[in-house]
Amino acid sequence: MQTPAPTDYVRATSVSHAISLLEEHGEESRILAGGHSLLPMMKLRIARPEMLIDINELDELRGIRVDGDELVLGAMVTHREVLESPVLFEHYAIFRECEKVIADPLVRNRGTVGGSMCQADPSEDLSAVGSALRGSVVIQGASGTRTVPLREFHEGPYETQVEPAEIMTEVRFPIRPGAGSAYEKVERRVGDWPVCSAGVYVVVSDGLVTDCGIGLTAVSAEHFCAPAAEAFLIGKAPTEDNLRSAAQLAADAADPSSDQRGPADYKKHLANELTYRALVRAAAASQGA
Amino acid sequence: MTAVEEVPLSPAGNPIGFGNMKRVEDQRFVRGQGNYVDDVSLPGMVHGAILRSPFAHARINGIDTSRAEQLPGVLAVITGKVLEGIPRPDLLGDNFAWMPTLSYDTQAVLATDKVRFQGQEVAFVIATDRYIAKDALELIDVDYEPLEPVMDAKRAMEPGAPIIRDDKGQQDNSITDVHGHKDWESGNAIGTAEAIAAAQADPDCVVVTQEVMYPRVHPAPMETCGSVAFLDKVTGQLTLYTTSQAPHAHRTVYAMVAGLPEHKIRVISPDIGGGFGNKVGIYPGYVLSIVGSIVTGKPVKWMEDRNENLTSTSFARDYHMTGTIAATKEGKILAVDVDVLADHGAFNGVAQPTNYPAGFFHIFSGSYDYPNAHCKVTPVYTNKAPGGVAYACSFRITEAVYLIERLVDCLAAELGMDPAELRLKNLLRPEQFPYTSPTGWVYDSGQYENTMRLALEMADYDQLRREQAEKRARGEYMGIGLSFFTEGVGAGPRKDMDILGLGMADGIELRVHPTGKAVLRLSVQSQGQAHETTYAQIVAHELGIPPEDIEVVHGDTDQTPFGLGTYGSRSTPVSGAAAAVVSRKVKDKARQIAAAALECSPDDLEWQLGQWHVKGDPERAKTIQEIALLSHGSLELPDGVEGHLEATTVYNPPNLTYPYGCYVCVVDVDPGTGQVKVRRFIAVDDCGTRINPMVVEGQVHGGIADGIGMALMELIAFDEDGNCLGGSFMDYLLPTSMECPDYELGETVTPSPHHPIGAKGVGESATVGSPPAVVNAVIDAISPFGVRHADMPLTPANVWRAIQGRPVRVDMAVE
Repeated sequence: MQTPAPTDYVRATSVSHAISLLEEHGEESRILAGGHSLLPMMKLRIARPEMLIDINELDELRGIRVDGDELVLGAMVTHREVLESPVLFEHYAIFRECEKVIADPLVRNRGTVGGSMCQADPSEDLSAVGSALRGSVVIQGASGTRTVPLREFHEGPYETQVEPAEIMTEVRFPIRPGAGSAYEKVERRVGDWPVCSAGVYVVVSDGLVTDCGIGLTAVSAEHFCAPAAEAFLIGKAPTEDNLRSAAQLAADAADPSSDQRGPADYKKHLANELTYRALVRAAAASQGA
Repeated sequence: MTAVEEVPLSPAGNPIGFGNMKRVEDQRFVRGQGNYVDDVSLPGMVHGAILRSPFAHARINGIDTSRAEQLPGVLAVITGKVLEGIPRPDLLGDNFAWMPTLSYDTQAVLATDKVRFQGQEVAFVIATDRYIAKDALELIDVDYEPLEPVMDAKRAMEPGAPIIRDDKGQQDNSITDVHGHKDWESGNAIGTAEAIAAAQADPDCVVVTQEVMYPRVHPAPMETCGSVAFLDKVTGQLTLYTTSQAPHAHRTVYAMVAGLPEHKIRVISPDIGGGFGNKVGIYPGYVLSIVGSIVTGKPVKWMEDRNENLTSTSFARDYHMTGTIAATKEGKILAVDVDVLADHGAFNGVAQPTNYPAGFFHIFSGSYDYPNAHCKVTPVYTNKAPGGVAYACSFRITEAVYLIERLVDCLAAELGMDPAELRLKNLLRPEQFPYTSPTGWVYDSGQYENTMRLALEMADYDQLRREQAEKRARGEYMGIGLSFFTEGVGAGPRKDMDILGLGMADGIELRVHPTGKAVLRLSVQSQGQAHETTYAQIVAHELGIPPEDIEVVHGDTDQTPFGLGTYGSRSTPVSGAAAAVVSRKVKDKARQIAAAALECSPDDLEWQLGQWHVKGDPERAKTIQEIALLSHGSLELPDGVEGHLEATTVYNPPNLTYPYGCYVCVVDVDPGTGQVKVRRFIAVDDCGTRINPMVVEGQVHGGIADGIGMALMELIAFDEDGNCLGGSFMDYLLPTSMECPDYELGETVTPSPHHPIGAKGVGESATVGSPPAVVNAVIDAISPFGVRHADMPLTPANVWRAIQGRPVRVDMAVE
């Protein structure tokens, strides 16, 4: 049995209450969402917050909805809700494809979108999806809310723009009619973090790519995306050659390091291969194939 | 499914004898009512926690425990210095700071001079709850002086490498066994060398040499190790609840380690949540819980967390093997020579019979008929956790089978011959049994070709090869892997086999109550093997008592006779035989009593399941239940026949049993990512008589999952600084149902000629036989890229690197 260090616990009754609790308890307090990263870290005594602020009862942070031309996910939406959401699937197959390979049903039942994004693990699957789709997050503090594009959200591994006394409340994704999307992941075993993943969307119109986004995770791509590869594809036909070239550019955005999931040359290769595979499927989906 | 001989059913619907029967122990397990060590709670119990070394190799200049001692709730902090002050009268040391290992080495209970592996025990805190105990660990200040760690067995052998065991006055890192040998050899060195040299010179022969690493893995039982110790100062009685696969052997070792009189020690192994060899040895934590109880006067519980289990308890394998196989171009194997560098970690803690310092590795000549084989095994110390024989390895037969089955596939590739055809050409033939192998094993029975042909037929092997050829033409990479294994299990004959001087024979006791219900007391300890079910079936088979009327008692040294425990697939070969023998003793006695009751000569009686009756007159009969009552009643018994119906025996096996099998694995490899999908797994096992086919199949299922895990993902690697890279289930990957296909099982039944019911051990067959099948399949799949070998685990990265011709050293940190 793993035994965490002493900690205290309080249940927030509203987002503003949670923010005031964060202000009151300072930097050694932590928001408890699904707890599927925080609690294991506490049990290993890697994390030892003095105060846990539980936001699981805040219904205002739940729910998936369409707001104008955006998809809106509350921060406390679980992985399982994303996996099973018809509206998300209707617009982007990538949500279902990605969630299917995140951890296991036990984790997906409790782990949350907001928790995953704010944990900002450099191998987070949803970070690749969020960056690919050019989503944004809504962050709330005592002084109000602000919206930050996901491509500016991360400041480094496990570091985001969310300040100690702030809470992420929503993630928003633009709806793109006609977009095809896909997610490709290599993991050592089901439920593992990715060795590398690529998530993409492509809009093909009149035989040419008019819009696309390419996200990568676990390979130290800046902000989990590959802008040069995206720029290359715009205005081009989604031919094998063009998609291969874009995938190579995506791999160039990756700067992986070697670890037990694999050596750097392999990860770099995967960034290329998986981007290509995802682009092929997304382009086909956009063209109704 | 398994074909089962028709046996009568009991009123409860169970077979009165052999056949499928649901495991009786599952009634409590599926209800969550098992009773594991961590469920044990004694009045006044306190909790221990171990401070472990963050370094793989460091000198300890001092330990300051004062802050920890001041934490409210802490009762005591014990260091190696404290233990050094407690004298201990025994043969293997003079104080509590060191203890003997099962291989006649010494191991630190708590480090005094140096730490020698990351995770080594440094201090023990006893507190009122386990949270406080863990909090206190953080308040202990240890002054470490880091030393160069030796993480690579090859580096350990180099001149000038840091000396790990300076405590023993060692001048290098070699390990000397109890007989004074550094290298351990078996087989015919000269004959093998000559045969290989002759083959090299002969244009009609080929010689293939391959380096094969079986990397370090961990048994990772779901239940970690732990104990609850209570030394009653009034009675002097030590009661130890512990995660032990061998409670009796442990009791004797504690008598030696703790200097306590053995009759005052009671070891209880309650339900055990998986062992796989991880719970054979004695860990410092167990000893510390005893010391803790001596110091505090209270019951002390110590229970590992997952990280402690993975980093400090018995690992498995870590064998660097180089094999050379010589054969004719027609594919007749001529000789195999093997050189092994064996990484034993910081203390030689392998659990194996004394005269077998490399375990049963020298069974590596395998299932094939050739005259010349030789191996040399060189064990070394490194700065890694101790252990070495675990994870269902059949005393290192896992390594042996993996080596020979990889070599045979390498040979097939060299010859351009189908690996099935090559194996069929060389398999031992039925008339060769009992067969004496070139390294001295006497295989008891086998019909190898039948078994292999059944596996090939179930797999539709020829069709698979056609499918493979079609797929290759389309650029798809499918692989078919074979393995044929022979194990020698059931250690073992007393004259050859002992552990720390304890002969490997098993006692057993059977008592039939007046109403005909029976109690069978075993020395072996189930960790999931279903002893409570299958041993009742053995007695049922022999006596005709319904299995539900037989209580199987095990796991408590005060309630059971002495025996060496459950590991190395030895329970059925040894204690299973004992159960049959003791039942036959009872049956013989029942015959005397029945004869007295029926007023006839015992010679006039014949046995029909469950009763003795007069020959030719089945109506004149006494059932075993009636006889049980008569034996306790007032019936006048013949001279020399005592009342009651019970017997004991000690079974000394005349030989090991030799189960074998043929496995076929089919994989699909994605060369773009290196991912392997195990599509099919066909396993045909021959373990002789099957007592409970469902239990056998369960064992095989588990073993195949183990094998898929080891072949594809499981690994305890280390970085250069000595950090263990497999310390959690995030890093030490066990397979899930998603990685395992639906298994296709088959069987042949070739009984052991020397076992009373013809049964052979099967607990480790699939763990031994499946890794080479999976690896051979993956290599077969990627052979078009010129790959002849790649080391486990065949993770996506390792497969891709092999395809690129850039294989990595799997046991070290990836660079």
